[in-house]
Amino acid sequence: MAYSDKVLDHYDNPRNVGSLDKQKRSVGTGVVGAPECGDVMKLQIEVEGDTIVDAKFKTFGCGSAIASSSLATEWIKGKTLDEANTIRNTEIVKELSLPPVKIHCSVLAEDAIKAAISDFKSKQEEKD
Amino acid sequence: MKLPIYLDYQATTPVDPRVLETMLPYFTEVYGNAASRSHSFGWKAEEAVDTARNQIASLIGASRKEIVLTSGSTEAINLALKGAAKMYAEKGRHIITSMVEHKAVLDTCKHLEKEGCEVTYLKPDKRGSISPQQVAAAIRDDTILVALIWANNEIGTINPIREIGAICHERGVLLFTDATQAVGKIPVDVEADHVDLMCLSGHKLYGPKGVGALYVRRRNPRVRLVAQMDGGGHERGMRSGTLNVPGIAGLGKACELCERELEQEAQRTLALRDRFEAKLQSALDHIHVNGDLEHRLPGCSNVSFSYVEGESLLMGIKDIAVSSGSACTSASLEPSHVLSAMDVGDELVHSSIRFGIGRFTDQEQVDFAADHVIEAVNRLRDLSPLYEMVQEGIDLSTVDWLAH
Repeated sequence: MAYSDKVLDHYDNPRNVGSLDKQKRSVGTGVVGAPECGDVMKLQIEVEGDTIVDAKFKTFGCGSAIASSSLATEWIKGKTLDEANTIRNTEIVKELSLPPVKIHCSVLAEDAIKAAISDFKSKQEEKD
Repeated sequence: MKLPIYLDYQATTPVDPRVLETMLPYFTEVYGNAASRSHSFGWKAEEAVDTARNQIASLIGASRKEIVLTSGSTEAINLALKGAAKMYAEKGRHIITSMVEHKAVLDTCKHLEKEGCEVTYLKPDKRGSISPQQVAAAIRDDTILVALIWANNEIGTINPIREIGAICHERGVLLFTDATQAVGKIPVDVEADHVDLMCLSGHKLYGPKGVGALYVRRRNPRVRLVAQMDGGGHERGMRSGTLNVPGIAGLGKACELCERELEQEAQRTLALRDRFEAKLQSALDHIHVNGDLEHRLPGCSNVSFSYVEGESLLMGIKDIAVSSGSACTSASLEPSHVLSAMDVGDELVHSSIRFGIGRFTDQEQVDFAADHVIEAVNRLRDLSPLYEMVQEGIDLSTVDWLAH
């Protein structure tokens, strides 16, 4: 299985690995995938106003899944929630040169972003 | 120590230098067709083949007349299953096998099902083993063949072939066993073990690729097969085609070496495997060794590293050549059918790595591999949301996953 240099780079030097305090009102947490499928991504965002000021991830999955989620956290930092919501998996595929058999990893990463944003938004509605 | 290190001995083995030396003359000096009866080129080639037959037969406790030479185990399996199904079709069309066989057996059985055979796939226990009782219960009046693997290529589990063979003989059913991983590694005796048909492959026992054999019993009972390769009637009408003399000479020599060194090699590889597993167990929590820990090939170690996915682990140990049961490592995106059938749990299947120790593995390599695996697992667990949840005391089986 030949990996692109970018996938290898994200694997060897993953960006933004870790966790944010999910109890905080400003943190949105998205967990997608399932252990039985061999893919679980946890992606968290810290939001100030409208902007994602920090993002962290943890992934159980193959090299492409790790790279996809690592890249996702890189891209969403500094973006507004609306901007982050427009990130498409196809952009991830292009950036990482993912082969067809690994496209589903990018889809999961897109789902993780949306799940984190959705969790953040529903937290704002709750507390009000 | 040369990198990368090869620890995938169940996938294939390097040709032993002594085997290569034996093969070389048959390419350019003794190059006759073994079927050429009219000149010394042919006679010399035939002699080499006869020697090899004796060597192969000796390793497995058979007579040289019972050895049919093929291009490998896959061909031998096709010959045994299809050949027997056709030959004994009047007697019955029921075959018994297991869910953890090699694809060569499973795919051939699927083919036979399309041709009207009925196949029972026995489910193994948690260790991957099939019991004699299961086989006895499955045998019917129209059963003609039981096909069970001797030693499993993925997890190393050794089936109780002798007991199963005794039952088959009692009930008048033929026993075919895929002994590809067993021959040369553990004692195999077709008489004592009640085997009627058995395949072996050169490249799994330090011989060349592209050559193997099918043992076909001649007495008590005499087994007959419908040939799958027609064209000249070679190998007593069971497998036509010019013999691969250099390959066969190599296979014979490889068998001779295995017979001579079997016991000491088994002990040596067992010690290395146990050392490897002990290192992992002492440094890592939440790991699970798959297979039958008591009845296992000495050189096989299939380990699941919980909360770490197999392919990502392979990426982290790229100086070590091994394989994984994870879906991500298969071309079809299907996880290991062997581990899945054993009900170890899908998540453990995706976290499994198979390490194969062999003749050219030494302690330095084993220690290096263990250290690197431990390092990679720890690094990946830092990245793992599952490990994090477990550390927090969450029971993963209670979580509602948002799978898509």
